[in-house]
Amino acid sequence: MKANTNSSVMRSSQTKVVVENTAQIIFTICAVVAILAVFSITLYMFLKGVPAFADVGVAEILFNPVWEPTAQNPSFGILYIILTSIVGTAMAIILGVPIGVLTAVFLSEVAPKKLAAAVRPAVDLLAGIPSVIYGLLGLMILNPFMYKLEQIIFENSPTHQFTGGANLISAVLVLVIMILPTVINISQSALQAVPKSLKDASFGLGASHIQTIFKVQMPAARSGIVTAIVLGIGRAIGEAMAISLVSGSSVNPPFPFNSVRFLTTAIVSEMGYAADTHRMVLFSIGLVLFVFIMVINIVLTKILKGEKHDA
Amino acid sequence: MPNSLIKKKSRIQDTVLYICIYFSAAISVLLLIGIIGYVLVKGIGSINLEFLTKATSAIDGTTGIAGNIINTLYIIVITLLIATPIGVGSAIFLNEYAKPGRFVRIVEFTTETLAGIPSIIFGLFGMVFFGNTLKLGYSILSGAFTLTLMILPLITRNTQEALKTVPNSYRSGALGIGATKWYMIRTILLPSAMPGIITGIILAVGRIVGESAALLFTAGSGYILPKTPIGYFTKIFESGGTMTIQLYLSMSKGQYSIAFGIAVVLLVIVVGINFLTKFLAKKFDTGRRD
Repeated sequence: MKANTNSSVMRSSQTKVVVENTAQIIFTICAVVAILAVFSITLYMFLKGVPAFADVGVAEILFNPVWEPTAQNPSFGILYIILTSIVGTAMAIILGVPIGVLTAVFLSEVAPKKLAAAVRPAVDLLAGIPSVIYGLLGLMILNPFMYKLEQIIFENSPTHQFTGGANLISAVLVLVIMILPTVINISQSALQAVPKSLKDASFGLGASHIQTIFKVQMPAARSGIVTAIVLGIGRAIGEAMAISLVSGSSVNPPFPFNSVRFLTTAIVSEMGYAADTHRMVLFSIGLVLFVFIMVINIVLTKILKGEKHDA
Repeated sequence: MPNSLIKKKSRIQDTVLYICIYFSAAISVLLLIGIIGYVLVKGIGSINLEFLTKATSAIDGTTGIAGNIINTLYIIVITLLIATPIGVGSAIFLNEYAKPGRFVRIVEFTTETLAGIPSIIFGLFGMVFFGNTLKLGYSILSGAFTLTLMILPLITRNTQEALKTVPNSYRSGALGIGATKWYMIRTILLPSAMPGIITGIILAVGRIVGESAALLFTAGSGYILPKTPIGYFTKIFESGGTMTIQLYLSMSKGQYSIAFGIAVVLLVIVVGINFLTKFLAKKFDTGRRD
């Protein structure tokens, strides 16, 4: 009798150990999924993106401005596409970051509590709106407006190719709207994390509220604001659907009123019908984009790490 | 608010900066009001019973997005069924089991990286890996697998945040009275972290509903309703475009009334999700304070 109970206790503790170990193994496997995912995405992007570089030539793709993938003598230069992504993203950041940071200042420092409580959900909603809706609105509102502007500016220009308003500026404006929520939210939490003692000290020395914000609190929140900018860059350079119809449909150097292709929009609009080398080059474009994003990610991790060391 | 003892000296720069600040904030709010207003005005007329319950068909002469709504639901359910356990499990590992070290750093770095990869890259990867290598082609399954990778960080992070707010006394209390670790996680931690996990899931639904670039080359653009009951099962191996994809396609074909109709439906969903997460967050907060 006694021996029996003993053995059952033993057995149940053995099952417990098995269950415990299984649980731990399953959780570990779950954690490995993220590693596997990033690893295989990287692997596939290189596997699919590199062959075109080998076939066509690195310089022929990266430094050649002529993009005529379906011509008799096809040319696969993506120089203008890369430049468009860089210039477009830079313009979106230059326009969007000041608006975003100042809105963050408004929310965390200037606005009365009730007003801030009303504006914050608006910002969250902006973040949640699907990117195709921004694209739809850009197409319906921005493009006609840009077309009018275009007609006025280039009225007497014999060389200008009219785009119907689908141009770099339209795309940049859509991007500005799309990065706003990211920039606002992250700068806002950075500003709120600044110790109140700094603010009080500044006031105590006789600084005005504005001086305190711009000379004390913003420098103290610097790393957070830089994070916001880097994330904004990532968002802008990776956005595809919102700008694919707004930015036009031909590859041109990135001047404001030109119809342009971004890295992302080139993939979206041509992947559907591309074949052979053309398709391979589209994957190379994907690889270029992927490399940009990885660099941004690594920069971001460095910044965040630096922040931890400061604290 | 500091009040100078004598009359406040007003500085020109201050006034200018105040104007800039108010102007910027006004832009953000006006944008939102403008966007919602414009979409509602343009799209509300397209919404009727037929639009929501029939698929577009030249033979029946109907215009509708029922097929796309079904596809969206399929993708949401399948994606969440796979991503939630993995994401939650990963968060439990990071928060409860892992000892700080290289492995944890790699898991955290890759989770961050996944969150930063643009959806078009997920789309390309999904197309070649799930579509070509695993031979799923353009199918709902292919799209759902792709989105699983995309929303994984969202669920992991939200669960992790929720687990962090569970007081340590809960853990030591449970372990102290003899509970095993898994029992403690199952009966104490997960229920306490549930609002956070649910918030993550709802945010993920929002992300899935709004996603387009990752689905265009994986789930494809089918919009037809399955004709037989069995069709509803085999549907997951067939191409199926979500509402967002249909919006994009309609827009590129110039069918703006359909596009705006879908936009209205999407906005309603997004607003709903926003309120739901706010509501949960509030409930969660007061629950903690008590």
